Amino acid sequence: MTHYLDHAATTPMLPAAVEALAEQASRPGNASSLHGSGRAARAVVEESRERIAEESRERIAAVLGARPSEVVFTSGGTEADNLAVKGTYAARRAADPSRSRLVVSGIEHHAVLDPVEFLVEHGAEVSWLEPDRCGHISVDDLRRALAENSDDAALISVMWANNEVGTIQPVAELAALAREHGVPFHTDAVQAVAHLPVRFDDSGADLMTVSGHKVGGPLGVGALLARRDARLVPLLHGGGQERQVRSGTLDVPGIRSFAVALEETVAVRDVEAKRVMGLRDRLLEGAVGLGLGITVSGCWSPGDGTRRLPGNAHLLVPGCEGDSLLYLLDAAGVECSTGSACQAGVPQPSHVLLAMGHSEADARGALRLSLGHTSTEADVDAFLAALPGVVERARRAGGLL
Amino acid sequence: MRVVAAMSGGVDSAVSAARMLDAGHEVVGVHLALSRSAATLRESARGCCTIEDAGDARRVADRLGIPFYVWDLASRFERDVVEDFVAEYAAGRTPNPCLRCNERIKFAGLLDKAVALGFDAVATGHYARVVQGPSGRELHRAVDTAKDQSYVLGVLDAGQLARSFFPLGDSTKAQVREEAAERGFSVARKPDSHDICFIPDGNTRGWLTGRLGERPGELVDAATGAVVGTHAGTHGFTVGQRRGLGLDRSSLDGAARYVVEVDASSSRVVIGTAELLGVDVVEGDHLRWCGPAPADVVRMGAQVRAHGEEVPATAEVVTGEGGLPDAGAAPRVPASPRVRVRLDRRVRGVAPGQSVVLYDGTRVVGSATISGTGRA
Repeated sequence: MTHYLDHAATTPMLPAAVEALAEQASRPGNASSLHGSGRAARAVVEESRERIAEESRERIAAVLGARPSEVVFTSGGTEADNLAVKGTYAARRAADPSRSRLVVSGIEHHAVLDPVEFLVEHGAEVSWLEPDRCGHISVDDLRRALAENSDDAALISVMWANNEVGTIQPVAELAALAREHGVPFHTDAVQAVAHLPVRFDDSGADLMTVSGHKVGGPLGVGALLARRDARLVPLLHGGGQERQVRSGTLDVPGIRSFAVALEETVAVRDVEAKRVMGLRDRLLEGAVGLGLGITVSGCWSPGDGTRRLPGNAHLLVPGCEGDSLLYLLDAAGVECSTGSACQAGVPQPSHVLLAMGHSEADARGALRLSLGHTSTEADVDAFLAALPGVVERARRAGGLL
Repeated sequence: MRVVAAMSGGVDSAVSAARMLDAGHEVVGVHLALSRSAATLRESARGCCTIEDAGDARRVADRLGIPFYVWDLASRFERDVVEDFVAEYAAGRTPNPCLRCNERIKFAGLLDKAVALGFDAVATGHYARVVQGPSGRELHRAVDTAKDQSYVLGVLDAGQLARSFFPLGDSTKAQVREEAAERGFSVARKPDSHDICFIPDGNTRGWLTGRLGERPGELVDAATGAVVGTHAGTHGFTVGQRRGLGLDRSSLDGAARYVVEVDASSSRVVIGTAELLGVDVVEGDHLRWCGPAPADVVRMGAQVRAHGEEVPATAEVVTGEGGLPDAGAAPRVPASPRVRVRLDRRVRGVAPGQSVVLYDGTRVVGSATISGTGRA
């Protein structure tokens, strides 16, 4: 029996989404598969495929508070983030060469950080917004950054909720401030959509990233929501699909499955968020209560899902290496993550924890447990039952280094 | 037993893991991440620790159906192997980093961590045999003498040996490749890795210059004491080296010249003719015994470099002051005990910093790091 506590990485697909994917994939859609059936038949198939894509676009837009024309399908969250950052920067520079500055939080996902660093290598300036000890970005810091750089800011990017420590940022206030200064605002909402009331129109953001496999949909599909007046230079040039901003034949089965998953997730979101938050609080109270020196990174108050994602539990286990903890928990049937990016599987100290003021030594013993639609009390209890033995062993191994 | 199979991504460690599994052990594959800035793809047969190699190891583990993890020993490797390597060269010696890696990483950092996490032993794809002897486990040469790696394992002590498995010791390399192909491993035909894994382009002198900077000095002729040239740093030279001296041979007598001494303290590299290279007394410190230490003067076989020939010898453990000069290198902290090995015949190009490994038949008795050489 394994206990999957890594929903922030990928949450299992919903059965209805699997069904939608399979059904659409099995429809003849490839012209070459229609031997001898002529142009008329091909036209029918293409028309039906296009209809499904557009219906899905409308369903996704409706659920997320956007207009269908604001949904730009991509291959996932990473592409959407890249398009938002690089596409906006290029468009703004083309219109006004003095717009060379990116204002970005220091706790973004690498899908935002790395494009920013790429642009810096090619002449962009960057102002980093650093989080407080709790992992929150302050509106005052953005106000200061814009006051200093109001003439050259090209884009602001602050994620809706952090993928490692789950902290929720004041997106509406940040976006309103950005609007006052006339600077486009992007938010990566990949982690937020499953459990928070995310609406594109109410957020005030110009650009928003969403992803299929974080909401019970398939891997390999996502979208950038982009206001109709958002100016973007394409990353992918070609046939001109997706508003001339993103070329490539659409993955219709994936898009349809994404739409089904998103609708289903959002329909039960409030109830599910509350349920999952109960599990999270049980997990954190249990882990902290073991008396092993385990602490919670980022702000956490039981019953609160406005400052921290309902499904995110992030622990610091002093004296342990993340890879030892992962191995031992795995052996005990609990699947989780250290939460930070790996290179060749080598855990780099998390840039998020370092930005929050934790030491490299603390960051090495980080453990992320993320809950979702399949999580149960039994999962939490299995983790809590395994934890004391796991920590003892991992400390013995950690003490050797 | 619960065993960690160290998996580099190469063919040897893949077959080693498979054989441990076949023998009925509970096996978990572990790839050691030894560099924080691992390259994405392998560029040549050199090097071993790219992300592609980690992926190859993972594919083998998947095929075997065993759990697979990457363990980060990069900072320990940097401290215990790479920095030691640089410091040894800076002191005018020629270290063997594979030995240090076995002593301090694979059969220490990795093994200790594995034991702490509840494992009983570590298995690797080294070509060597562990044999149950009258007084415990013994380390022996591999059946495939061309591939034998007992030399680089000569640093293991009895405690490390007790928790080590080398399932390839009875096989030839050709058999291992064939078995890998039969098992459907994608790495069956992957080229062997060579040289020093943390210097992927193979340019040791250039890499060392990057670490140590240029340290110019004189090239001196051993026979005349005359300065015959200059060099950019003693770390570019090893006793026995003939190439890269930058000499104009016509200025000498036409005979080939070799490095016969590296003196880091005065930045001098002494060159001489071939006959000056032969030594028959080798002294070493940093003794490591694979079992009980020899009590008296004993007849042994001695091997003084990784792919060198074994020479009959007499070995004796000595303590106290004295001993051979360290061929001009910076003085070591007086280490005792030492081992003094008298070779039955002269051997050329024995470089301080290399190890002398002692054999009794095929059994590894122990090893020492060469601190000085001489002629009886």
